[in-house]
Amino acid sequence: MTTEIQRIVFSESMKLADLVDVNFKLLNVLSRLGISLGFGENTIREVCQRQGINLESFLLICSIYTYDDYVPSAELLSSADPLTIVDYLHSSHAFYLDKEFASLEKNIKAMVEPCDDMQKKIVSKFVADYKLQVEKHFAYEEMTVFPYVRALKEGKMMEGYSIEQFEENHSNIDETLGDLKNIVMKYLPDTCDTVLRNEVLYRIYRLDEDLAKHTIIEDRVLIPIVNRMEA
Amino acid sequence: MMKTGFRKVLLIMPSVIVARGLEAALAEHGEFRVEGILADLSHASEARLRNMDVDVIIIDPVVFDYVSRASGRARLAEHSSAAVVALKTIPMEDEQIRQYDGVVSMYDDPVAVVKKLRESLASHEDTPESDGYDLSSREKEILVCVAKGMLNKEIADFYNISIHTVITHRKNITRKTGIKTVAGLTVYALLNNLIDPSSVEL
Repeated sequence: MTTEIQRIVFSESMKLADLVDVNFKLLNVLSRLGISLGFGENTIREVCQRQGINLESFLLICSIYTYDDYVPSAELLSSADPLTIVDYLHSSHAFYLDKEFASLEKNIKAMVEPCDDMQKKIVSKFVADYKLQVEKHFAYEEMTVFPYVRALKEGKMMEGYSIEQFEENHSNIDETLGDLKNIVMKYLPDTCDTVLRNEVLYRIYRLDEDLAKHTIIEDRVLIPIVNRMEA
Repeated sequence: MMKTGFRKVLLIMPSVIVARGLEAALAEHGEFRVEGILADLSHASEARLRNMDVDVIIIDPVVFDYVSRASGRARLAEHSSAAVVALKTIPMEDEQIRQYDGVVSMYDDPVAVVKKLRESLASHEDTPESDGYDLSSREKEILVCVAKGMLNKEIADFYNISIHTVITHRKNITRKTGIKTVAGLTVYALLNNLIDPSSVEL
């Protein structure tokens, strides 16, 4: 993780390439926001302007993604655009489901190849069930939370729903991923190739970290912003 | 361990004929003496087991049902620190055999039995104590119930223990394995051959 000495407050005049150098994991964030590589010497401000991305929201997401203990200022929260946050969360969902899980399943399939049929079946069922659980979790946000935020932004109040309910419905999907990690690391038969197991483990650790950041962005950015709008 | 001239043996087997035969065969040699015979592993028997200071237990694994057979050795370990030797009366999988300190056959001659008991004792004395991260037999039983989809209340009723005790066991299982969800525990149970794959929906 980033140490205190390296800690840099992201500003709009910073070159985008330097931002990635500070935390290469922000490459994920850029692609989810529709920013492609090849941005040359452009600054954060220039790229956001060109892509029509709300600058404050961009800085918020990058800061949270990089610093575990980052607490957004009230000022930044009130100038951030909830739609940019929602767009980001939405494309993250698509990224997890279309790219990340597809790769994870592919790696797991290769890893359990030497196992017997029963073992293959139980592992793939566990992964499939996890995927369903995540899809369900995302679907609730896509069908209920995001439309609510979009409507609120347009000045419409939706009866019988508030962001508080989102907080209550925020189930933990990280436990199942943790179990998968333990199973792959500790309990698969020795016949499974260590290098393939490592690949799966790296993927799980990265996904777990990414999902944790995703949750933090919901809890510390989206919910406070919407709370202000509801007030 | 005190060397009092002979080693104390406990027999746990449902057949009185086999138990008496073994007792007589061992008596001829003098090195091992049968101190007690239990026909089963009921709660009463477990209590006697705890209060009996024996060096070797010879057990017929049929006293365990299919589910607990794979973890039978660990269950005994909860009650006694004696070496445990299986008396092979039925076909046993390698997995089941490995948990014991030794195996004797119904068809071994008495000299072979005595030799095997000696070896088992020696190998048992070399084995270090459990490091506290392996699941106990009771924890394995609870894990199997959880994997089969039983609720805490059902497990409590089944083993005639309190729900609180069930929860404590479940916490310990999670602490030891790192696995938190029911689905994860099911995978664990299947990969470790604690349950028959046909007993869960796949």
